[in-house]
Amino acid sequence: MSELTQQDALFTYTLRLADNALILGHRLSEWCGHGPFLEEDIGVINTALDLLGRCRMLYSYAGEVEGKGRDEDDLAYHRDEREFTNYLLMEQPKGDFAYTTIRQFYADVWNLHFYTELCNSKDETLAAIAKKVVKECRYHFRHNAEWVKRLGDGTEESIQRMNEAIAEASRFVNEMFEMDNVDQMMVDAGIGVDLNEVKAKWIASVDEVFAEATLQRPEPEYDRSGGRLGLHTEQLGFLLAEMQYVQRCHPGLQW
Amino acid sequence: MTPQDQVVDIDALETEFQERIDAEKKIEPKDWMPEAYRRTLIRQISQHAHSEVVGQLPEGNWITRAPSLRRKAILLAKVQDEAGHGLYLYSAAETLGSSREQMVDDLHAGKAKYSSIFNYPTLSWADVPAIGWLVDGAAIVNQVALCRTSYGPYSRAMIRVCKEESFHARQGFEGMLALARGNEAQKKMCQDAINRYWWPALMMFGPSDADSPNSAQSMKWKIKRFSNDELRQKFVDQTVPQIEYLGMEVPDADCKWNEERGHYDIGEMPWEEFFAVIKGHGPCNHERLQARQKAHDEGNWVREAALAYQKKQADKKQSVA
Ligand SMILES: [Fe+2]
Ligand SMILES: [Fe+2]
Ligand SMILES: [Fe+2]
Repeated sequence: MSELTQQDALFTYTLRLADNALILGHRLSEWCGHGPFLEEDIGVINTALDLLGRCRMLYSYAGEVEGKGRDEDDLAYHRDEREFTNYLLMEQPKGDFAYTTIRQFYADVWNLHFYTELCNSKDETLAAIAKKVVKECRYHFRHNAEWVKRLGDGTEESIQRMNEAIAEASRFVNEMFEMDNVDQMMVDAGIGVDLNEVKAKWIASVDEVFAEATLQRPEPEYDRSGGRLGLHTEQLGFLLAEMQYVQRCHPGLQW
Repeated sequence: MTPQDQVVDIDALETEFQERIDAEKKIEPKDWMPEAYRRTLIRQISQHAHSEVVGQLPEGNWITRAPSLRRKAILLAKVQDEAGHGLYLYSAAETLGSSREQMVDDLHAGKAKYSSIFNYPTLSWADVPAIGWLVDGAAIVNQVALCRTSYGPYSRAMIRVCKEESFHARQGFEGMLALARGNEAQKKMCQDAINRYWWPALMMFGPSDADSPNSAQSMKWKIKRFSNDELRQKFVDQTVPQIEYLGMEVPDADCKWNEERGHYDIGEMPWEEFFAVIKGHGPCNHERLQARQKAHDEGNWVREAALAYQKKQADKKQSVA
């Protein structure tokens, strides 16, 4: 295998961030028109729109770094399951509103701490994107932390649903803090973020909100991982089949 | 005050009310208004609110399948706007003493109506821009007239809503244009969407004037300012040239410019279908209501939890104080 260049690493690094935003935004957008009430329908779409905007900036930049002329749509619509690099948590079905809330909260906390750090990136484009994104992250975090508290300290049913959602999501958590050679190269170059630091902050923030919500964060019995190697759960294939089908049926057209 | 005086007073109030309307003054929530005016408005505004909310569904059906990220973002933002319109309109109806809960229950019970256009399925991507252009376009023709409606909160909601609807209609047309300038498959999709949505869009203006029982009183109260047929004509006149510009065909062999009238003539509308859809027998009536009911039912525990949490917080504050 040829050696990883800094350009390859930056491409992969940016692509991963884009994939996470696209796939999570997709799952969230499935709520559109079906939310628990109108205000929250609007709230959920807001976050989905932010994630979609974020993935577009990141895909465009990834395509630029790669230098093969691929644009945002080539990267989003013309890659297969094995080429997608999002974390497994992002692709899980939306579940009930408790699962959506917990998954989103976990992602929000990760995003908040990650993008806060990424603002200091030596890569000017990533730093500029991060500065824009971090404002949204703060808002998403506050918005969702409120929901975690409401549902975690709400009724018997909501508490039970939240505990089930937490148990269900727990095996996908640690994947979000794995460091591989791409991360290491980006950290060493002053471009990327050390995920060990993100992890410590993530745990502190989640525990703080959970304490108020009277919820417990369990240690997972085991961890699942592999998203970054394209080793996904069986859920992603269906998501991509749905998302990509019009583009794949009619490739190379303007819409 | 004797009961006799009260009767006289109501007559006087009604006269004064009609004078205000005739003088183009807005009626505000705290003003006296005839019960029938209030009921008519609650019916109309809540129907409009329901239409916005149910209207999220047909286009929402394509969010996860939009053919490009740009189109996906435009579509998501549009559907979000519609939810926002639902929200302002429910609030406007609430100023008349109706509650959102009651209105939503009436929708789910099949007692309240919403625009029949949303009972048609979206079967290809082209239906998304077609709806933006034709359905939001028709809604604007109706709603521009409503911006001057006599009830203040409704009129103000309409001014705000109309601005966003115009944006939707322009984006819809731009989406149709992309298809019309595309390859054969895209052109076919574009024409097919026009074929399926043309008549339903014209039916959005309601029955013809001869068959519209509520119109005369609503015109007198200036809730309504133009007749159904006048508004429909206006829409046809503005839309036929747009279809020609797209290089597509109007799916009506009788549609022709009438020099004498200075308007387009159209063929006989499929009224049987119109009344069937209104009765609940359209292609998606069942599915639309089912989807709304399901979202509401599955949201029950969430709304209950939010209330329980709010109460716990309030109790905590009280025990501290
Ligand atoms: Fe509307
Ligand atoms: Fe609307
Ligand atoms: Fe609209």
